[in-house]
Amino acid sequence: MGMVPATHYLALGAVLFVIGVAGFIVRRNVITMFMSVELMLNAVNLTFLAYARTWNQVDAHIFVFFVMTVAAAEAAVGLALILGLDRHSQTLDIDSADKLQG
Amino acid sequence: MEQIVFYVFAAVAVGSALLVVLQQRAVYSAFSLIVCFGALAVLYFQLGAALVAALQVIVYAGAIMVLFLFVIMLLDPQAERFGPDRFKKTALAGLPMAAFLAFVLLRVFPAWSPRGSGEPIGSVEGPKRIAHILFQDYLLPFEVTSILILVAILGAVVLVKHRPD
Repeated sequence: MGMVPATHYLALGAVLFVIGVAGFIVRRNVITMFMSVELMLNAVNLTFLAYARTWNQVDAHIFVFFVMTVAAAEAAVGLALILGLDRHSQTLDIDSADKLQG
Repeated sequence: MEQIVFYVFAAVAVGSALLVVLQQRAVYSAFSLIVCFGALAVLYFQLGAALVAALQVIVYAGAIMVLFLFVIMLLDPQAERFGPDRFKKTALAGLPMAAFLAFVLLRVFPAWSPRGSGEPIGSVEGPKRIAHILFQDYLLPFEVTSILILVAILGAVVLVKHRPD
């Protein structure tokens, strides 16, 4: 049984991050776009932990905790904003939320 | 053994991440995302981060996704129609991202692979050591985070509060 090299974890993190970016750009539903952002955050967490094992440092675990905390706060505020958007314009399509467009 | 677990769960993670992006209904995307988070938790455990893996299941797959499902079921979003300009949008997003991914995977990794020992941390990282670092070296960021959460709670309450016009 061999160890999986850290580069494979990093490659997986890059793939997940790119899927998240593509989803954020392609999808027009605000909730799905938001879930793509969560996917990107998780890809970054995976990268952090891969480096934590490579350099035998626990500090990256702490950063993952902070990322999770910020993600939780972001989810609470972001979903409240989505509720406000739905109440205001009765739609979840991001293209129709163009009130601020000059 | 580690290789088998890695490749199986990496495939699950990538597949469910693709489903998050490709499903038309937001509920299915949310369930796919939960599967993705579960697979990632297994990989975190393999990287010696047992505590992070547990928090991943509890906080991400549990709390945050329950919040998502709540909002999805509250708002009942319509299935997204992929219009005729879908392929234009996909190309717009896909080509730069594909170029970026190809660059990262082909060029950066072999040349810039980590120079660390690559050995696994002796045992599964204990919560004790993490707590030591968190509450000594990172005490100030920890306290700032608590203020952040307080502000987030207040912001969410203010945003959702119904204001009769």
